[in-house]
Amino acid sequence: MSFALFAEQLLNGVQFGLMLFLMAAGLTLVFGVMGLINLAHGSLYMIGAFFCAAAAAATGNFWLGLIAGLAAAAAAGAIIEVVVIRRLYARGHLDQVLATFALILILSEAVRMVFGPFPLYLSVPPELRGSVNLGGGVSYSLYRLALIGFGIATAIGLWVLIARTRLGIRIRAGESDREMIAALGVNIKALYTVVFALGAALAGMAGALVGAIQSVQVGMGEPVLILAFVVIVIGGIGSIKGALVGALLVGVIDTMGRFLLPRFFSLFLDTSQAMGVGAALASMLIYVLMALVLVLRPKGLFPAHG
Amino acid sequence: MAEPVLDIRGVSKSFGALRATDDVTLTLVPGEIHALIGPNGAGKSTLIALICGGLRPDAGSIHFRGQEISGLSVAQRARLGLGRSFQISSLIPEYSARRNVMLAVQARLGHPYRFFRNVQRDAGLTGPAMEYLARVGLERRAHILASELSHGERRRLEIATALALEPAAFLFDEPMAGMGAEGARELIGFLDELRREAPILLVEHDMDAVFALADRISVLANGRIIASGSVHDIRNDPEVRRAYLGEEGA
Amino acid sequence: MADARRETIVNIVLAVALFVVPAVAYVIDEPFFITLATRVAILALAGVGLNLALGLGGMVSFGHAAFFGLGGYVAGVLAHHAFSGTPVFWGIPGTNQMIIIWIVAIVLSGMLAAIIGALSLRTSGIFFIMITLAFAQMLFFFTLSWPAYGGEDGLPIFVRNQFPGLNTMRIWELFLLSYAVLMIAILLFRMVRNARFGAALMAIRQNPDRAAALGISPFGVKLAAFALSGMITGLAGAMMADLTRFVSPAMLAWQMSGELIVIIILGGVGRLFGPVAGAGILVAFEVFFGGITEHWQFWLGLVLLGVVLFARGGLIGLIAGRDRHG
Repeated sequence: MSFALFAEQLLNGVQFGLMLFLMAAGLTLVFGVMGLINLAHGSLYMIGAFFCAAAAAATGNFWLGLIAGLAAAAAAGAIIEVVVIRRLYARGHLDQVLATFALILILSEAVRMVFGPFPLYLSVPPELRGSVNLGGGVSYSLYRLALIGFGIATAIGLWVLIARTRLGIRIRAGESDREMIAALGVNIKALYTVVFALGAALAGMAGALVGAIQSVQVGMGEPVLILAFVVIVIGGIGSIKGALVGALLVGVIDTMGRFLLPRFFSLFLDTSQAMGVGAALASMLIYVLMALVLVLRPKGLFPAHG
Repeated sequence: MAEPVLDIRGVSKSFGALRATDDVTLTLVPGEIHALIGPNGAGKSTLIALICGGLRPDAGSIHFRGQEISGLSVAQRARLGLGRSFQISSLIPEYSARRNVMLAVQARLGHPYRFFRNVQRDAGLTGPAMEYLARVGLERRAHILASELSHGERRRLEIATALALEPAAFLFDEPMAGMGAEGARELIGFLDELRREAPILLVEHDMDAVFALADRISVLANGRIIASGSVHDIRNDPEVRRAYLGEEGA
Repeated sequence: MADARRETIVNIVLAVALFVVPAVAYVIDEPFFITLATRVAILALAGVGLNLALGLGGMVSFGHAAFFGLGGYVAGVLAHHAFSGTPVFWGIPGTNQMIIIWIVAIVLSGMLAAIIGALSLRTSGIFFIMITLAFAQMLFFFTLSWPAYGGEDGLPIFVRNQFPGLNTMRIWELFLLSYAVLMIAILLFRMVRNARFGAALMAIRQNPDRAAALGISPFGVKLAAFALSGMITGLAGAMMADLTRFVSPAMLAWQMSGELIVIIILGGVGRLFGPVAGAGILVAFEVFFGGITEHWQFWLGLVLLGVVLFARGGLIGLIAGRDRHG
C-alpha cells in the first residue's frame, strides 16, 4: 500500500463526507427550525441529479445543468412545503414519517414517469476532467477536488448565512422560540418555506454534483438519506457544526474502512475470503460508530438544544 | 421528634450561574403535614424534581426511609414509597378513572411483566381501585376517561392514584389549584385525615389551606429556606412578610 | 361501547374474509389467490409484531425489516445447509423443519431486537426513528456484502421446509398453517394488551412521567415490548421466506420497514385486526393497480398521504370510530 493510494482514499473520504454534509445540513436545519423529520429529503437529492443530467444533456453545459438541478430541487422543496409539509408541523413524528414516506413513493414514480425507467448519465464538465498532481506522488481527480472545494465553500457560506444575515438571525430565533419571532412580526410561514427550500437546494446540489461520478437513477437518494441520518445522530440533531463533523467522520471512516479492512484481513485469510469479510465488516463500521456515540453521548457530539 | 421519613440535607442544584436550590435542609416526620411555600420562581419545582428523581443534586444528600436516594431513578423512588401528585393533572388520558387507579395498584403490587391475565377481570386490581375511588368520591365516575373528567374530578383522581400507591410519604404539588371554594374545603378535610396514614409534604399556593393544615411551614425564596417553623412563627416572621407575604398579602 | 362492538364485528368479518377468499379459490382451483391470501396473512403477522411496539408502545420503529429479514435468512440459511448437508458452523447442522426454524428465528430476532432496542431506547422521538432505520440499513448492507449466502443475489430455498402432518408444497395447506399462526399471534397480542404488561406499556406511551412516578420504569417495559415485537416480526420473516422460497437483502431494505408501518397505518394503529386490514389493502392495491399501471406506487403514495392528512385511524377507525380502553 503506497502513500499515494492512502492519500487518495483519504481525500475520497473527505469528498464523500462533504457531500453527506450537504444532505445532513438541510435535514438538521429543517428539524432544528420546524421540528420535522423529512424522509423525502433523499427525493430532493434525486430531483437535483435528474434535472441536472437532463438540462446538461439538452444544453451540453454541466454548469447550466447544475443551476437547473439546484433550482428544480429548491422549487420542488417549496411546493412540497406549501402543499404537504406545512400541515405536518403540529403533527406527531409518526404522521411526519408516513406522509414523507408517501412523498418518496410519489416523487420516485413521478421522476420515473417524466424521465423514463432508465438511469441517466451525467459527465464531468470538460474543464474539470483529468487529475492534478498534489505533490508527494499523489495525483487526484480534479473533479473530486472541486467537490471538496464546493463542499467547503458551501459550509462557509452556510455559516455566514446563519451567523451573519437577517435570515440567519430569524432561523436561529425560530429554533429557540417560535412564538417570539411570530410576535416580532416575522412571517413564520414564509420563513419555514424558505428554510425548507434552502435545505432542498442543498440536497439538490449534492445530487447533481455526485450525479457526475455515479449513475443518476430512481432510488439513489434514500441510501444517502439514511447515511445523513447516521451523520445527524452522531453530530447531534439540529446542529450544523455537528452535521459537518459527523459527515466528515462518516465519510472518512466509511471510505477508509472499505479500503483498509480487506487489506487487514488479507494478512491472515486468503484473498477472496479477506475481501468478503473485510467488505462486510466495513459496511457496518459507521453504524458501530453510531452505536458507540449513542452509548457515550446519547444526544450526539454537539447537542443543539441543551 | 420521631425519625424523619424524608431527610434532605444541604441539597444544592445549579443551572449555569443560577442556584435554583441553595443548601436546602428539610425533613418530613411521621404524622405531620409539612407545607412548602414560596413565591413563583423560588425553586419549588426544582426541589420537587430533586426529591422525586427528575434531577440529581450537585451537593447534599436525600434520605428516604433511611436510604440515600439521590442516585435512584424516578421509578425506583416511587417503588420505595414516595407517592406524588402532579401540579398539572398528569393522568393517563385514554384510561378510565378506574384504570388509572388500577395502574397505581398494579405498580404497588410489583413488576409489570405479566403477559396473560386480563386486568379488567383481575379482582386484585379492580377491587382496591374502586375503594380508592370511593375514598375521593369518584366511584360513580369510575368508567369515565380521565381526559373527559372535570378539572376538580381530575384533581381528586390524582389523589386517588397517590393513595393507591399506599406510600410511606405523600408529596402533593399544589393539589388545591383551580379547585373552587367548595372543593378546596372538602380536600382540606380529606388531607387533614390523611396525614395519619402517611406524612405529607404539601407544596401549595393557597395560604388558607396551608394555614389550616400545616404542622410546620418552610418558606423557600431564591432557592433557599429563609424560614421554617409553626404557622404562628411563619405568620410573624418579618423576613417572610417582606419576602413573600408582603407582596402577595397586601 | 357501541364503537367497541362495531370493531368486534369488523374483526370477525376480516378473520372470516381472510379464510373464505382462499377457500373459495381452493374450491374453484385458483391457486394464485391462495398465494395472495397467504402473503396477506404473513405480512399481517409481521404487522402484528410491529403493532405491539408502535401501536401499544408508541415506538415508531422504521427498522422492523431487520427482524423480518433476519427471520427470513434463518429459514434460508438453515434450509441451505440442510439441502447441501453442510454444517452451519461448529458442526451444527441445517434443518428443513419449520418448527425448529421458527424457534431459531424467534430467539435470534428477539436478541437482535433487545440489542437494537437497548441502544435506540436511550433516545426517543425523531432520534428513535432514525436510529432504528440506520441499524436495519446496517444489516441490509451486511447481507448485501457478505458473500457466503448469495450476497445481493439472495439465497433460494430449493425445497420448501416441512411441517409435521402437512404437505407444505400444497399452497392451501401452507395457507392454513400461516392463518393459524396469525390467529394465535393476534390472540397473544390481545392477551398482552389486556394484561398488566399491556396496561403499563400503553400508559407509558401516553404519559411516561406518570408511569415512572407510579414506580413503573419506562425503559424496561418498552425494551421488553420491543423484543417481543421483534420476535413476532422475525417469525413472519421466516414464514415469508418459505412462501416465496427465496431470501434476499430486499427483505431488510428500508422499503420493507416502510411497508410494515404502512400496513399498521392503513389498518389502524394499535387495533387488534389493524394489520390484517392493512396487509389486505396493501396486497389488493398492489395486485389490482399493479395490473393497470406500472406506476401504482404513485397512487399508493397519494392514498397514503390522504390517509395521513385526512383519515387518521385507518380503515378500522373509519368504520368503528375512536379507539377506547375503558
